[in-house]
Amino acid sequence: MVRNFPPEFVVRVDREACINCLRCVRECPFGVHEYDREKKLWKRHHEKCVACLRCAYMCPVQAISIERSPMEYAPHPVWTNRVRKDIKTQAETGAVILTAMGNELPYVSYFDRLVLDACQVTNPSIDPLREPMELRTYIGRKPEKVELEEDNGVRLKTKIAPNLKLETPIMFAHMSYGSISIEAHLSMARAAKEVGTYMGTGEGGMHVELYPYADHIITQVASGRFAVHEEYLKRGAAIEIKIGQGAKPGIGGHLPGKKVTEEISRTRMIPEGSDAISPAPHHDIYSIEDLARLIYALKEATRYKKPVFVKIAAVHNVAPIAVGIIRAGADAVVIDGFRAGTGAAPQVHRDHHGIPIEAAIASVDRRLREEGIRHWGSIIASGGIRSSADVAKAIALGADAVYIGTAALIALGCTVCKKCYTGKCAWGIATQDPELRKRLDPEEGARRAANLLRAWSHELKEILGALGLNSIESLRSNRDRLRGVGLTEPELRVLGVKPAGE
Amino acid sequence: MCGLGGILNRYGERMSGREIIRMSCMMRDRYDGRGGGFAGYGIYPRYAEYYALHLFFRDEVAKERTEELLKDRVAIIKDEPVPMRRVREIPPENIVWRYFVEVPHRFRDRKEYQEREEDYITELVFTINDCIDGAFVASSGKNMGVFKATGMPDAVAEMYKVEKYRAYCWITHGRFPTNTPGWWGGAHPFNLLDWSVVHNGEISSYGTNRRYLEAHGYKCRLLTDTEVVAYLFDLMVRRQGLSMRTAAVALTPPFWKQIERMPEPKRSVFTALRMTYSQAMLNGPFAVIVTNRDTMVGLNDRIKLRPLIAASSEDCVYLASEEAAIREVESNIERLWAPRAGNPVIARLNEEVREEVIH
Repeated sequence: MVRNFPPEFVVRVDREACINCLRCVRECPFGVHEYDREKKLWKRHHEKCVACLRCAYMCPVQAISIERSPMEYAPHPVWTNRVRKDIKTQAETGAVILTAMGNELPYVSYFDRLVLDACQVTNPSIDPLREPMELRTYIGRKPEKVELEEDNGVRLKTKIAPNLKLETPIMFAHMSYGSISIEAHLSMARAAKEVGTYMGTGEGGMHVELYPYADHIITQVASGRFAVHEEYLKRGAAIEIKIGQGAKPGIGGHLPGKKVTEEISRTRMIPEGSDAISPAPHHDIYSIEDLARLIYALKEATRYKKPVFVKIAAVHNVAPIAVGIIRAGADAVVIDGFRAGTGAAPQVHRDHHGIPIEAAIASVDRRLREEGIRHWGSIIASGGIRSSADVAKAIALGADAVYIGTAALIALGCTVCKKCYTGKCAWGIATQDPELRKRLDPEEGARRAANLLRAWSHELKEILGALGLNSIESLRSNRDRLRGVGLTEPELRVLGVKPAGE
Repeated sequence: MCGLGGILNRYGERMSGREIIRMSCMMRDRYDGRGGGFAGYGIYPRYAEYYALHLFFRDEVAKERTEELLKDRVAIIKDEPVPMRRVREIPPENIVWRYFVEVPHRFRDRKEYQEREEDYITELVFTINDCIDGAFVASSGKNMGVFKATGMPDAVAEMYKVEKYRAYCWITHGRFPTNTPGWWGGAHPFNLLDWSVVHNGEISSYGTNRRYLEAHGYKCRLLTDTEVVAYLFDLMVRRQGLSMRTAAVALTPPFWKQIERMPEPKRSVFTALRMTYSQAMLNGPFAVIVTNRDTMVGLNDRIKLRPLIAASSEDCVYLASEEAAIREVESNIERLWAPRAGNPVIARLNEEVREEVIH
């Protein structure tokens, strides 16, 4: 049977400019460029091209450009090109379609339908370059009230639970060592320490090279329990139990044995070359009381010195689940929206499970307040946060802080070609290949990751200034400073915002 | 833009309303006539032990429905119309009635009501404002009352005969609203139990503060940002037992940079206050005067985006938006100053006035 499967991209090479240096052959991990030395003939395997653009940017004479293939199936509004390609792929392989990064279907983005307020006349805007502007955020359990002893000098009677102190309400999301390289981890760890925020280890453990930054690292306990031991838990600043993730709610993970190199095996504490399988559920958590037990087991193991977070995917019933998590003793609930990225996920899960993070934040915040326990734990939102405006809107909807994953990787050079699961990342991020890893310099990576945080923090300050606020705390859950544009009444009700003009 | 004024006689001696009216008139170009009001403490000495409820009714139906509820919930010791003059500037919009009430004995014997008598009255106030269409509780404290309406403060004073009342503490407000429509209930002072607030500016953190209060059972239904100030003081001082000073500090706390420079244990106290009360913190341009039965507090936002002047004489402490308003009524000023941003000025009966230096 003829394989009638048009390539997504075509590689165009300016033959006059090309100097036959073969750089593109060495740069492309996907084998797009092939040169027959004997016949002196080039062959470009267009169907293998993922548009990572590595060859184009490394070509010394800029002879290469990558274009979308003009060849497509006849247009049809229902049987789109993608649908037809998926069917053909599955007819060929009989398998689940694997992909990476975040949801690709054109669902409405609530962030893009929410607008921020600004000051005019009656409330002066504030210039953050002249006036103090505060982004500091504490993540963790807060007391309901403060009790002071005011007899001889003021003294604190209330005991404050351990909290994470963030100088900006943005953290680097959990991406495991294994799914990404040590260089990527190091870049984010350094940036987090420099800026005064935190990064997550993901479930792949903490490589020894990260130890100097451990006080700015949140360790993760996931269903595979990789790397979990007392020292690991005590070393980090906080612990996160991962129940689910927004990119693939309800399913687990699988790091193929061929990626479990010596260092990864040591860090994850599993045999070299063995598959690292994270089951869909934790096999010791089948209910909320089991989760409570794990939360307190971790707190006991760390002598109640580390806050414990619980991460869930944003699903239909996210509000009561989050309330249960907070009541079970978590110091923060992490909600991962359906746009969240991943290193590998079945396309069907990535694109069809879960709910938008905006709606999840609003309903979790509302529910915790209705139950009078909003101060028991913080809300960390993640999944598809693309800019400082998204951060501001997430906080105005009720989040305390956000995690960024994809955005952080883009800062490190990622071009979102969605091939993380192949382990062939051409930019040295989602790979363990020693040659490819050399492409990411952790110094440079740290500089860029820190710059991104700084730039967004600057913008957040400017946003606050325009809103006439001088502290991020006064934006939290301040939905009055948001308006919806082009949203239906039920959507506005869920988000708790008024339509523009009202 | 709005104008505020307040006088507290430090020795608890009562003064007629004339002075506060003069203070208010002096700041006339800060108002546009869409709201004015006064609150006086010590005005009902004969009924001092009862809650004095000042109510606005749009019509007789609202009044009847409210009285049904009142009879069900509290014992009415006395009720009467609030004495009023007809004034040309203010069309009669409401029936204004006052009730002196107490929590009935059948409830008072129950332990939970003894402990929570004030919560019981708060609940009643919220029920009336929330559930009875056309009824609004203007004030609900003991031995005090709020007189307010849509109009210039001098006309409001004329209408309510404010000059005939005698109080040891008076506050006033004239409104130039830019956020909510002018209605009698929307004029200042805002009151809950003994707490009264007048406010100039905008609470830009209103949404955050409101949700914080709602999580503690308060209902913010007055379509204005000022009410949150009264409720925050009620929550923090009455219900949680913080001192006025600590509550004021938590509402306009020092910046983190200032906290970091503090010595221990002060630093951990301020850190704990900011962490715990982050959503109570008031943000935006404002000057407020908050009063209860023995205290008058003046408070500015953390970067002083609204005017507030304080002064003291031998007997009295003054707060106002304009220095001229104070000079109008007091010729023997001992001290007059502009409090610094975020520093509460606390005047208490039988004590020296203090500006708490926290910033």
